[in-house]
Amino acid sequence: MRNLFLLVLTSLIIAACGSQPPAPEQGGAKVEDRTPDAVKVDTQPVATVSPSKTDEYGLAMLKDPKSILSRRSVFFDYDQYVIKDEFKSLVESHARFLVANAQIKMLIQGNADERGSREYNLALGQKRAEALKKTLILLGAREAQVEAVSLGEEKPRCNEHGEACWAENRRDDMLYSGEF
Amino acid sequence: MIISTMLRPLATLLLFASTAAHAQLSIEITGAGANRQPIAIAEFAGEHIVAKALTSVLRADLDRSGLFRLVEGAGEPLSDTSAINYPDWKNRGADALVAGNVTSGVSNGGNRYETRFRLHDVQKQVVLGGQTYTSNASQLRAAAHRAADFIYEKLIGEPGIFSTRIAYVVKSTGRYELQIADADGMNAQTALASREPIISPTWSPDGTRLAYVSFEAKKPIVYVHSLATGQRHVTANFKGSNSAPAWSPDGKKLAVVLSKDGGSQLFLVNADGSGVTRLASSAGIDTEPQFSGDGQFIYFTSDRGGKPQIYRIPAEGGEAQRITFEGSYNVTPRLSPNAKNMAYITLNNGRYQLALMDLATRQTQILTDSAKDESPSFAPNGRMIIYATEIGGRGVLAAVSSDGRVKQKLSVQAADVREPAWGPFLK
Repeated sequence: MRNLFLLVLTSLIIAACGSQPPAPEQGGAKVEDRTPDAVKVDTQPVATVSPSKTDEYGLAMLKDPKSILSRRSVFFDYDQYVIKDEFKSLVESHARFLVANAQIKMLIQGNADERGSREYNLALGQKRAEALKKTLILLGAREAQVEAVSLGEEKPRCNEHGEACWAENRRDDMLYSGEF
Repeated sequence: MIISTMLRPLATLLLFASTAAHAQLSIEITGAGANRQPIAIAEFAGEHIVAKALTSVLRADLDRSGLFRLVEGAGEPLSDTSAINYPDWKNRGADALVAGNVTSGVSNGGNRYETRFRLHDVQKQVVLGGQTYTSNASQLRAAAHRAADFIYEKLIGEPGIFSTRIAYVVKSTGRYELQIADADGMNAQTALASREPIISPTWSPDGTRLAYVSFEAKKPIVYVHSLATGQRHVTANFKGSNSAPAWSPDGKKLAVVLSKDGGSQLFLVNADGSGVTRLASSAGIDTEPQFSGDGQFIYFTSDRGGKPQIYRIPAEGGEAQRITFEGSYNVTPRLSPNAKNMAYITLNNGRYQLALMDLATRQTQILTDSAKDESPSFAPNGRMIIYATEIGGRGVLAAVSSDGRVKQKLSVQAADVREPAWGPFLK
């Protein structure tokens, strides 16, 4: 199932690039064909999705800079793992996407800034990842759809030593199937 | 693009049984003991055939310990059977003298060396003991370390650690290497190289295996790696994060931290990955377990009280007892081999520093003046504690004696070194 999805996604990426022929398995899918049914592998109905306009929760939205779904990070305060109000609408959007695309999985990677113990920071990143997972599940995502893991302080996005940088590293990243 | 993405998981990981590392760990002595014993190591008779390989290593070992002051000799080789002019050595200021000889022979088609030496008490004018080692050329350093261990134990009264090894992680651009070197930083070998982080290496009690956490699968997974064969297996790979392995004293089980049931919680697992059982439960973070040497307790870090503090539970499970109370951040408990002291990291006026607690009196002492100390690990004789810290923006290792006096810095050129783990005594 996941492989099939990857194939679809892959062919879409190729089609979007415009320079390569579409994968033969897809019978010449074009960018314009990105209706929910063309993308989805499961036929689980999503009542509210309107097929007439570009699918608000379609896969392409994940990479569309104009879509809120292209934003994948939630930031935290020092030694905290509470999801702040400013990220509520972002989290809600991703929850709706997971509900609309039940076959897709998400990996949440929690991160911490460099200060203190590596293993404690790994646990702190785990708390942050689980806080986000819990919220997504409350909003309708399925337990099996979301895995929360931690990278601790090991994969900083910013390598300077100071609060501006640390704030950027206290973060959850949301990765979808095919991205991890 | 798609093809390279598919190939990457194969290429991110390179496993070596033993590959010589390009980067050498260099050790700088930055502090010494208050009362160093004056000792003279005369050049061994016949040692010129191995370019003084024995006494140069022996001197460096004893000097690095911070407990000896090397006394210059007359420059003439002294054999183990030479008559010793004790008054002369006394006048030079030596309390002890080592004299020996090296002979070579050929066996099994290769050069064999026999090293014999004696340790003299210059004050009492007696021989304290002697040893004979047979080795090939590549084992001469090991023979010198064994001689240093013998001398150290005779004069200090506790086992020496010159024949032990240390494991650590070297990070250079886009590359992480789990390395193992002799306690003097030489003979560094890479056990594992990866493009993803490696943390928390820890030695099995018999020194044949390392457990560690690798992020090569984009999440933390616990592995056990056999050093002789380079083979390894997954010990904990459950949904969520798997980390902080700690060996039981019998080497059969590991305490690990799993988030499979939510939160970071302590579990016990057999070294082969079977038989997972929960060890403790809390609503908060429980991590960094370590068994006390007698196997009675597991010490760990927990934020169950709101801030990270150190607790312990009986190894078979039971009620947690809080150990640290001062300060808002006390983490990474590491017990001395005799279980009398606990090294840990404390946040002290904005600085993360290595501290030592006497567990009987609960008295504590800060051992360093640095600001980013992490990951302490006791030498198997309990004398030194190796830890990671930062100097000039670079990750280095440092070692300090449990009385805070002897200090060493261990660094690799143009790379960060972190996550030290001091190995056990050689059997």
